[in-house]
Amino acid sequence: MSMMSFERKYRVRGGTLLGGDLFDFWVGPFYVGFFGITTLFFAVTGTALIFYGAALGDTWNIWRINIAPPDLSYGLGLAPLKEGGLWQIITICATGAFVSWILRQVEISRKLGMGLHVPFAFSFAVLAYVTLVIIRPMLLGAWGHGFPYGIMSHLDWVSNVGYQFLHFHYNPAHMLAVTFFFTTALALSMHGSLILMATNPRAGETVKTGEHENTYFRDDIGYSIGALGIHRLGTFVAISAAFWSAVCIVLSGPFWTKGWPEWWNWWLTLPIWY
Amino acid sequence: MKTLTTKLFATVGLGTALLLGGCEMPPPESTQWGYRGTGMEGLYNPDTLNELDANNIVPEALPAVPAVGPKSKDVYQNVQVLGDLSVGEFTRLMAAITEWVSPEEGCNYCHVAGEGFAADTLYTKKVARVMIQMTQNANENWSQHVGGAGVTCYTCHRGKNVPEYVWNINPGHTVAGGMKNQMQNVSSVAAGLSSLPVDPFTPYLLDARNGRHAGTTALRDEGGVSLKESEWGYSLMMHFSDALGVNCTYCHNSRAFFSWEESSPQRVTAWHGIRMVREMNNDYVDPTTDWLPPHRLGKLGDAQKVNCETCHQGAYKPLLGANMIKDYPNLARLAQPEPEAPAEEASEMPEASDMADMATGGDQ
Repeated sequence: MSMMSFERKYRVRGGTLLGGDLFDFWVGPFYVGFFGITTLFFAVTGTALIFYGAALGDTWNIWRINIAPPDLSYGLGLAPLKEGGLWQIITICATGAFVSWILRQVEISRKLGMGLHVPFAFSFAVLAYVTLVIIRPMLLGAWGHGFPYGIMSHLDWVSNVGYQFLHFHYNPAHMLAVTFFFTTALALSMHGSLILMATNPRAGETVKTGEHENTYFRDDIGYSIGALGIHRLGTFVAISAAFWSAVCIVLSGPFWTKGWPEWWNWWLTLPIWY
Repeated sequence: MKTLTTKLFATVGLGTALLLGGCEMPPPESTQWGYRGTGMEGLYNPDTLNELDANNIVPEALPAVPAVGPKSKDVYQNVQVLGDLSVGEFTRLMAAITEWVSPEEGCNYCHVAGEGFAADTLYTKKVARVMIQMTQNANENWSQHVGGAGVTCYTCHRGKNVPEYVWNINPGHTVAGGMKNQMQNVSSVAAGLSSLPVDPFTPYLLDARNGRHAGTTALRDEGGVSLKESEWGYSLMMHFSDALGVNCTYCHNSRAFFSWEESSPQRVTAWHGIRMVREMNNDYVDPTTDWLPPHRLGKLGDAQKVNCETCHQGAYKPLLGANMIKDYPNLARLAQPEPEAPAEEASEMPEASDMADMATGGDQ
């Protein structure tokens, strides 16, 4: 794998969190590090166990393969391998791999003397997963509250969990999360299209700069958030989407057991109109 | 910057406190209804369960009496429904009904003092007669719904003259002239405070509207059901949830609401319940409308009717499944042939045949 002329000077030693110099090297373009090794270990083990789980099941149809969590009766204990134990080990592997990846991002940031913005943002996606399969089940007292691993089966789980609360769209944190997801899509598409229009001028014209970009949005909506600002905004709305997703599901069950429409009773009984 | 951060944290903290202020504390009790990982489960706040226990205490049965001796129809006059009971049994049942329905007013709630017990002067006595028939009919002909536990007057009345949860036809709120009343988009008490239609009972528990809304094909090609009708169905389902203290997954696997194969046996019990309640409202409650006093009638002059909550009152089984009928076997079957109470044929539901066994064997 060839290396760009300037890349070598960024391949500096040190900055590791664990393992010292032991794994402080690159394989091709990839930095390895201690957490690269753990990522690889957890990812390979977890994937192998998913294949094992699929082999135990009654289908190889990719859509229908299902590795389900244990029955609620096992509580927070370990379940036999074929009755949810597999799900438990795969969950450990997945969490191990995701957290390792965050820490590998931290090591790379430290090597380059950068802020920790990337691992910080990525950790919100991991937080959403960990909330679903570890935090919420622990608060509810059984691993069986986690979602099953399977393309269709996890969607069926989402549907049923929504209907456990009669109408999930009345969940206020779900409302926020959905709004942030849509806003993220809007902000990214507007930013992406702005960059494309600035860098794809008509034949014979030069590529446009930030001044053109700002002017476009000032003409269009009266305000331009700016080149740095759009990335701050994008980080905020994207992180918020993941954060409120985690909140909306951790509230459902541990902190609210009734239908979500009923939660709005405080609004219906406000003294203004009640 | 520092003050900004402080203010930000204060705002976020306050917002979180407000958000959690209305919440409950973990851990709730949970129960699994489907295969592991399907998410078919119920979550209950322990406080709610304690409240439910406290609200569902069964009164101690009166001492049993032998069924021997002269019959009540030979001793008393105008005994139309319970004439075949022995005088001892008859008196015991009257005492029990008094305790269940009019503990404050006593016998005089139905009988005028000094007039003798035979006279039908008070409407309450006539209602009591119809209600006894209704109870007997439910126990004899609707075992697929009421199961072995059966129902007594206490199942609904709980010491009150009129059961706490009854309904009248709800014509909806008034709307601006020329606008059609959609009976929705207000907070519907019947539908668990959602904005679904306010009266799901009239179409399904009085009229025999079909609640089958889901298509079986990706694109519906036959004359389908309107969106508004579907929302009626959803509204009724919200009432079911509310009345039984369960969520949708108690009966349905929401990936295919319509599919009987993927539903739990409880759904079959509920299917029979809809038809039982419809019969109660049409054959027993409605005929009383003509002679009920105005204060017992609704806005449109209709009698107060039965829905799921009338008996269930927030419990998945009324009185949490306690069997009262074993102590009052006289309410378990129709005392005499009842010409106007035909049991509905179960053949209306094509998929019912193979599920019926599960219903009687499973959770009633």
